[in-house]
Amino acid sequence: MSTQSRATARSGETLPDVADSARAARQLDRLKGRSSWRQRLELSFLLGPALILFVGFVILPIAVAVYYSIYKWNGFGPLKDVIGFANYKRAFSDSLFIRAIEHNVIIAVLSLVIQLPLSIAIALLINRKMRGRGFLRLVVFAPYVLSAAVTAVTWSLMLQPGGFVDQLFKNAGAGSWVHAWLGDTHIVLYTIFVVASWQYMGFGIVLLLAGLQGIPGELREAAALDGATPWQTTRMVILPLLGPTIRIWIFLSMIGSLQLFDLPWIMTNGGPAGASTTMATYLIDKGIHSYEYGYASAVSVILFVFCFIFALVYQRFALRRDTQGSLTRMAG
Amino acid sequence: MTSRTKRTTALRSTRSRQLAAISVVAIAALGLAACSSSKKTGSGTSATPTSNSSSTASTPSQAAPSGSSSAGGGQLNGGNPVTLTWWHNANTDPGKSAFQKVADDFHAAHPNITIKVQPFQNEDIKTKIPIALQGTPPDIFQQWGGGALAQQIQSGKLADITQYTQSWIGDLGKGAAGWAVDGKQYGVPYDYHVVGFWYRTDLFQKAGISAPPTTLDELIADVGKLKAAGIAPIALGGKDKWPDAFYWENFILKECPQNTIVSSLDAKKLSDPCFVKAGDDLKKLIDSKPFNDGFLSTSAQQGAGSSAGLLANGKAAMELQGDWEMAVIPPLTSDKDVASKMGFFPFPSVDGGQGTPGAALGGGDGFSCSTKAPDACAAFLQYLTSVPVETQLIQANAVTIPSNGNATSAISDPTLKKVLSYLQGVTYNQLYFDQYMTAAIGNAINDAVSNFMAGQGTSQGLADSVAKAASQ
Repeated sequence: MSTQSRATARSGETLPDVADSARAARQLDRLKGRSSWRQRLELSFLLGPALILFVGFVILPIAVAVYYSIYKWNGFGPLKDVIGFANYKRAFSDSLFIRAIEHNVIIAVLSLVIQLPLSIAIALLINRKMRGRGFLRLVVFAPYVLSAAVTAVTWSLMLQPGGFVDQLFKNAGAGSWVHAWLGDTHIVLYTIFVVASWQYMGFGIVLLLAGLQGIPGELREAAALDGATPWQTTRMVILPLLGPTIRIWIFLSMIGSLQLFDLPWIMTNGGPAGASTTMATYLIDKGIHSYEYGYASAVSVILFVFCFIFALVYQRFALRRDTQGSLTRMAG
Repeated sequence: MTSRTKRTTALRSTRSRQLAAISVVAIAALGLAACSSSKKTGSGTSATPTSNSSSTASTPSQAAPSGSSSAGGGQLNGGNPVTLTWWHNANTDPGKSAFQKVADDFHAAHPNITIKVQPFQNEDIKTKIPIALQGTPPDIFQQWGGGALAQQIQSGKLADITQYTQSWIGDLGKGAAGWAVDGKQYGVPYDYHVVGFWYRTDLFQKAGISAPPTTLDELIADVGKLKAAGIAPIALGGKDKWPDAFYWENFILKECPQNTIVSSLDAKKLSDPCFVKAGDDLKKLIDSKPFNDGFLSTSAQQGAGSSAGLLANGKAAMELQGDWEMAVIPPLTSDKDVASKMGFFPFPSVDGGQGTPGAALGGGDGFSCSTKAPDACAAFLQYLTSVPVETQLIQANAVTIPSNGNATSAISDPTLKKVLSYLQGVTYNQLYFDQYMTAAIGNAINDAVSNFMAGQGTSQGLADSVAKAASQ
C-alpha cells in the first residue's frame, strides 16, 4: 500500500508534463469528435446497467423510505396523513427503540473487544506452517458458509432448556452454570453475540489471513536477524502491516453489528421482553407485524443515517490512507 | 398432517419466526416490489397448480358434491369466462389437495369460472396480502377478519359481497359477523376456532388430579400437585407472544361483561377496573410459577421443544391453545396414541368475576373477495362452506371445526366432539384481541402481555397499552 502511495506522490512531480500531454490528447479527441462519442458510448454501455440497478435498488428505495416516513400510513390506501417528523420523534421517545440502539452498540463494542483480538490470534496461529493447516482453515471458515437461518435454528435447538449446551455443561460438572440462554432477559443478548461470533468470525479470519499473506517473509527474516523476539516481530512488524486489513475488518464488523437482524429475529423474535431487540428487528416488527409502514420507514431511515454517518466518518478518518490511490476522484 | 399443522399454525401466528429480507431500505423496497410482484403472481406460476389438479380431481371418489349450491338464478359473471386467482395458506397436504379439488369441482359446475390456486406459506401470505392490496390483489384471498380486515378495506380493493351472501350467510352462524364491517360482508369464514386448556389425562392421573380445574384457585392447586409430581404444569410458547396474550384475554372474559369488553375495545381504551383485575389474576397465576423452563423463549408450534411439542411428548401437562392443537400435536411426537391422551377444559373462572357466562376466546379462517367478479367469488365461497364440501374438508383433515353448523356431524374424534359441544354452548365468542384491533394495537397488546410474563410492567400498564398504542 504505502509503496503505491509513494509512487503516486513521485509521479505528482512530473505532473505538468503529463497534464500538458493529456490536454493535447483531449484537444485531439475533440477534433476527432468520433472517439469521444465512442468513449461516451462505451462508458454508458459499461456503467449503465450498474447505474440502473444502483439507482433502482438503492437510491430510489432510500428516497421512497424518506418520503413514506413523513406520513402516518398503514400500508393501505392513499398516503394522505402527513405528520412531518412525528415518526422520528416517536422513535426517539420509544424506550424500546432506545434499548434497541443500545443493544446494537453493545454488540458492536463486544465485537471490537472480543472478536477482533480473538480473530487476529487465530489468524496468526493458522498462518503458521503446520500440519493440518488447510483443515483448520476450513473448520474456521465453515460456519460462515451456513445461512444465518440455518445457524439460528440449529443454535436455538442446542440452546433450548435441557438441550445440547445444557447437557454439555452438566457433563462437564458445571451444571450450576446452566441458564435459560435465550429465555433470560439478562443473558439473551450475550448468547446471541456468541452465536454471531461463531458464524461471522470465520470470515474475518480469512480476511486477516489474506492480509498476512501479503506481508513479505523477508521482513520477518530481517527482524529475526536484528534479534527481535517472535512477540516483538508480531507487535512491531506484522500488526502494523496488517493495519489496513484490520481497519476494513472493523468497518465491516461495525456495519454488521448495526444491522444485526437474522439471528435475533429467528432465535428470539427480539425477546424476551425486548431484551434482544435490535434496530432492524424493531423496524421489521413495526412494518410487517403492526402495519405501521410510515413509522417503520422512519426507523429504517434512522438506521440508514446511522450506518451512513459511521461509514463516512470512518472512511474519512480511518480508511482514507488505505484506499488512497485505489479510488478515483474528480479532477481539480 | 403437516399441512394442517402449518395451516392451523397459520391462523395464529402473524408474528412467529421466519426472516424477511432485510436491508436498511427493506420497507421501501417492499413498497416498490408491490406493483410488480402482485402482477407476476397472477399469471406466472399459476400453471403448475392447475396441472397438478387434474390428477387429484379425477382420482378420489366422485361422491364429492358438484352442483350442490349454485348461487341462485342467472349465470355467474354474466356468463363471461373469467379466471379468478385464489391465495390460501394451505401450502402442504392434505389441505393443498383438498382445496385444489374444491377449485376444480367448482369449475366443473361453472365452466366459465376458472380458479387458479396459489398456495403460500402462512408467513409469506401475511406479508404478501397487504402488499398486493397496494397493487393488483388476488381475487380470493385468506382473511382472518377483525381490525386487520377493516384496515384492508381502506385500500378500496375488497368487494362488499353482502348482496350475494345474505341468503345463506345465516348457515354459518353468528361468527360470520367477524368478517363483516359496518354490517357489510367483506369475507366468509370456512372454519371456527375456540381457545381452552388442552391437558394430558395421563399426567393429571399421575399427579392425582381427579377432575380438571374449574376455578383459578383450583388451577393453581393443580399446578402445585403437578410440580410435586415432578411434572411441568403448563407449557407456554412465550417467544411467539400471542399465546401469552391468550391468558390475559381469557382473564378479561372472566372479569368483564361482554358489553364492557366490546365497548372498551371499540373505544380503544380499557379504563374499566375489571381490566386491571384481569392483570392481577394473571399475576397470581404467574406467581405460582406454572410454566415450563425457559417459556419466554419457547416457540408455540415448532418442533418437540415448542410448547405444543412439550405437551405432545408428555413433558408438560397443560397448554392454553385453540382447537387446532389436535392437528398440531401428532406430528411433534412419535407417540401414536397421543390423541387419546388429550383432554380439553374451558378456561377456569375467577372469584367474583363479572364475565358474561358462555363467553369464550376464538376466531376463524376465511376468505375475502376483491372487486373483480365478486358474484362469482361469493358463489365460490358459498360452495366452499356448503355442507358437502365442508364435510369433505373435515374428512380430508383440512378443517377442524367447520363454519357451517350443519357439517359438524362429520367430526369423529371424541375430544374434538367435546370441543365442538363447548363451542356450541358459547354465547359470545370474542375474536382474539390482536386480530380484533388494528394490527398496531394488537401487536402492542401482545408485546405488553409478553413483557408482563417476563415480570415487567403492571396490571395497570397492561390495560393502558391499548390506549397508548391507539394514540400513536
